Amino acid sequence: MDSLAGLAMGFGHALTLTNLGWALLGCFLGTAIGVLPGIGPALTIALLLPITFQVSATGAFILFCGVFYGAMYGGSTTSILLNTPGESGSIITALEGAKMAKSGRAGPALVTAAVGSFIAGTIGTLGISFLGPIVVELALKLGPAEYFSLMVLCFVTVSAVLGGSALRGLTSLGLGLLIGLIGIDLQTGQPRLTFGIPELLDGVDVVLVAVALFAVGETLYLAWRHIEGKQELREVGKLMMSKQDWKRSFWPWMRGACLGFPFGVMPAGGTEMPTMLSYYAERKLVKKEHLHEFGTTGAIEGVAGPEAANNAAAAGILVPMLTLGLPTSATAAIMLSAFQSYGIQPGPMLFTTQAELVWTLIASLYVANIMLVVLNLPLVGLWARILKIPTPQLYAGILVFATIGTYGISNSVVDLMLLYGIGIIAMFMRRFDFPTAPVVIGMILGPMAEQAMRQALTISQGDWTTFVTRPVSLCILILALLGLVGPRLWALAARRRAASA
Amino acid sequence: MATPDSRPQEHPGGHSGTAAAPDLIVGLVVLGLGLLCLWQAYAIPVTPLYAQVGPKFMPTLVGGMVILVGAGLVLKALRGGWSQELEDVQEAPPTNWRALGLLGAGLLANLVLIDTLGFVFAATAQFVLVAAAFGSRRPLRDLGIGLLVTLGAFLAFDKLLGVNIGAGILEGIL
Repeated sequence: MDSLAGLAMGFGHALTLTNLGWALLGCFLGTAIGVLPGIGPALTIALLLPITFQVSATGAFILFCGVFYGAMYGGSTTSILLNTPGESGSIITALEGAKMAKSGRAGPALVTAAVGSFIAGTIGTLGISFLGPIVVELALKLGPAEYFSLMVLCFVTVSAVLGGSALRGLTSLGLGLLIGLIGIDLQTGQPRLTFGIPELLDGVDVVLVAVALFAVGETLYLAWRHIEGKQELREVGKLMMSKQDWKRSFWPWMRGACLGFPFGVMPAGGTEMPTMLSYYAERKLVKKEHLHEFGTTGAIEGVAGPEAANNAAAAGILVPMLTLGLPTSATAAIMLSAFQSYGIQPGPMLFTTQAELVWTLIASLYVANIMLVVLNLPLVGLWARILKIPTPQLYAGILVFATIGTYGISNSVVDLMLLYGIGIIAMFMRRFDFPTAPVVIGMILGPMAEQAMRQALTISQGDWTTFVTRPVSLCILILALLGLVGPRLWALAARRRAASA
Repeated sequence: MATPDSRPQEHPGGHSGTAAAPDLIVGLVVLGLGLLCLWQAYAIPVTPLYAQVGPKFMPTLVGGMVILVGAGLVLKALRGGWSQELEDVQEAPPTNWRALGLLGAGLLANLVLIDTLGFVFAATAQFVLVAAAFGSRRPLRDLGIGLLVTLGAFLAFDKLLGVNIGAGILEGIL
């Protein structure tokens, strides 16, 4: 089905009252949790997973995507008004945005962030609509060997290329893979890594791990480093951008969107890298008379660009998730597990077997974007009020929902203990700077990679060279190797050059 | 950043020298985890039918990888570690034992009470303790808020989403 026909069908389904309702609920929830520091879209979708038992797949995914997009919008509000990034993609927005708010320009900062998010979200969604089917065409030609190599590439990029250190990223990935192995082996029925504990035979639930990492671990770490005191909340002020603000924002929006989307699409995941690149690009490209605003009174370009990059990258992440079944962020990994709980295997077949679901979902993204810009501009005062929830009650509340997310699934105290145990590990991971996203991705993608590997080896009758004799597979593996050792070789060469100079 | 000494010697624990003890412990724990994984991998019984890629292969591979990165971390720790260079660690305030203790007590209360008293009361107890951990000085007000939050959450998840949050005193009545 081509994109236009798909979109026509998708909008037909997305514009029904029920689906509009799900989108609105998702956008509302997503903005709220995006605004609240300490909870992100991955945690929220994990907690909402029980909905998959009650609601049709279409409704549930419209809700999840609303949450996903909404969190991106909401995150910028917190960055600007509180100077605390609500989620990792808004760290850069906090740099200039908070400075603008400090010098009394919170209003324009919020507007440029919201409009930039809208433009980038729309460009990103257009990208999904037209790039998706093309990627599917290519993906249908891939066999299990190529899939396995793609997953290896994905592992390398999410753990070793991004983040502070390849070694620590790979450790997190290893932990995730290890957790993913726990339980009964699907092909032979053997229990693995269960230590004889019957509760572990079913494997560890992804919701439990996500809640432990993102809610319990985070709260524990914050308590560890807690200092009494209140954070300063800036006034919203007038929500207007001057003509000059519009002019100064326009190209950063466009550049940010065009920078962010490809980063999201590539199995490199993450929104940190494109937002950072956009920030540096805007600082380089800014007119001389505004350069002094960077880092002092806050430059609007430094909010517009990164915010657009953030949203476009978030949209891009949906491309590998929907077309290849490859999650490249923690949120995408949780969404993938939602697909699995419906018995749907995301991948190239999704666009043919579940065409209605996919196109309704994509159409809903356009709808969600419009809803979000409406929700976020006139209602920004409401969201700012959410920020007034005092920290003690906020974190106490988060842990209540953490309990529901785990105890509610199984009614088992063993699971609760596991939750707190992994939470303590997560606290130390935070202290020693181990990234958490690779854990979730490894846990979801690990079993899929193992399955692909076994299938490939069954097809090749046990011949291991199948991964390097198939040209596409070989190319992907070489890319993965480059991702792993490339940066090190580069650093080594740079050091050599510096030493000899 | 501009200091000529690339390795700051100031450490919250007052630790100095070439090896970083906290980082070393982390490396050793990771190493142990890898060994544990390998040991469990070898404990998996294998039928001769699956000679090519059996259920053991992946656990062995993952175990090997974890051991490898664990060894890398140990090596790094012996060369001075990584965590004392982190901004977060350098600027970190001292450990807040009061907050950690109260939070831990909250988690423990939830764990102990949830099977007998049920979700609402256990989670409310946790709510009050966690709020106190983060500096709330009005436990009675927190008790009220906690009851409202947990009741609301229970009703929303149990009645609307159909999540079974278990039986308890109050849950039985509702």
